[in-house]
Amino acid sequence: MHRFVYERPEALADAVELFARHGAAARPLAGGTDLIIGLRDGSARPAVVVDLKRIAELPPTIEEQGSWLRISATVVMSDLLADARIRHEFPALAEAAAAVGSVQIRNRATVAGNICNASPAADTAPPLLVYGAVVVAVSDAGTRRIPLTDFFVRSGVTTLRSDEFVTAIELPRPSAPLGAVHLRRTRRRGHDLASVTLSCAIDRDGVTRLAYGSVGPRPILVVDESGRLADRGASDTVKEAILDRLFSAASPSPRSMRASPEYRLAMLRVLGRRAVRVALVRLDGGVQDG
Amino acid sequence: MGETIQIVVTVNGRRRALDVEPTATLLDLLRDDLGLTGSKACCLVGECGACTVRLNGRIVDSCLVLAAEVDGGEVMTIEGLAPDGRLTALQERFLDHGAVQCGYCTPGQLMAATDLLARIPHPTVAEVEEGLAGNLCRCGCYVQITEAVLAAAEGER
Ligand code: FES
Ligand code: FES
Repeated sequence: MHRFVYERPEALADAVELFARHGAAARPLAGGTDLIIGLRDGSARPAVVVDLKRIAELPPTIEEQGSWLRISATVVMSDLLADARIRHEFPALAEAAAAVGSVQIRNRATVAGNICNASPAADTAPPLLVYGAVVVAVSDAGTRRIPLTDFFVRSGVTTLRSDEFVTAIELPRPSAPLGAVHLRRTRRRGHDLASVTLSCAIDRDGVTRLAYGSVGPRPILVVDESGRLADRGASDTVKEAILDRLFSAASPSPRSMRASPEYRLAMLRVLGRRAVRVALVRLDGGVQDG
Repeated sequence: MGETIQIVVTVNGRRRALDVEPTATLLDLLRDDLGLTGSKACCLVGECGACTVRLNGRIVDSCLVLAAEVDGGEVMTIEGLAPDGRLTALQERFLDHGAVQCGYCTPGQLMAATDLLARIPHPTVAEVEEGLAGNLCRCGCYVQITEAVLAAAEGER
């Protein structure tokens, strides 16, 4: 394994100082399910690994802050699934967390790590985008709240500065229930990254938010404000034309071993139609599997 | 470099004080430092589950945890499942149902299945499959493993 110095600060200020001093040579360690693989195969070569799990200010909790839920950087996928507020108010996020890896991986992998790793296939990215998540990052210069729409650049690259690290992800709690769902296509359950991921949330005013991943360098959020996608009376032809327009930014890599671009684009449309249908049933209070 | 980290960890009920390398994983610690070779070193990327152990009440792939991270924690391995040599009901059901062929995946399967039955005492087939999705068996005993887990749950009824 690549050699590094292991640091386990107990105060946030000490962690901030470590990143101020080491910058890009330091890597935060939360769940480690991506980082430890990288350390072993040499794709991650930090001089210093900073374990965030002993920082007193970062317990693995999901806290209410006014009309927001604050998911600490040390919260793992299993914690999300165990939280009734997440399951009821953010079901698409719970569905995405349930799709990550296996029980063993979900017990370790954090939501913050999933986002920071910035894989185009990150399972929790689409639901966090449709729910309007904000990433909280800290550095010597203070705290920054970065809308998730301004966070992803391309695979493995985010707008975080090298002296910053993520302390939490915040979600605005919907004032009225949304109809939401997360869907995913994968070759194999339990062990594979997704070939296409898509989340959909429709509100009472008929605004439809769709976010999709694995079909380009970063997950993308698109919004239909016209209300026509959520219009139960609109024809399939009308809806398909809207979806085509919303999906125009999708550009799957031709070099992926997981699926061809043609397959991914076709599945994106299938998942888009299905997600709108399921989200509408759920908006009406119905129970419908994704 | 080579600066070691002092940790204290309880493994199968026994407290251990150890010096670990930053690069050592929990799996290395168990196998190389403590001689607990029931947890297998196989894919080392969190896909096969042969290295599954319980850490602070939750199952994890020990190949994806640094030894330094478990300081102050509690670990249970396959060796801790039947410490006095008397097999658990689940282990017995694995034997009766032919759920063990080469046996390489078995410790991980048993750790995951024990965890599943603690969380869901009477699982459906789908719940068993989901609970064991992180454990591969290259001998292909999946049907027998599922039957064994369901039979163990049935016995508890
Ligand atoms: S060896 Fe740890 S998951 Fe395969
Ligand atoms: S029994 Fe051989 S790998 Fe499972």
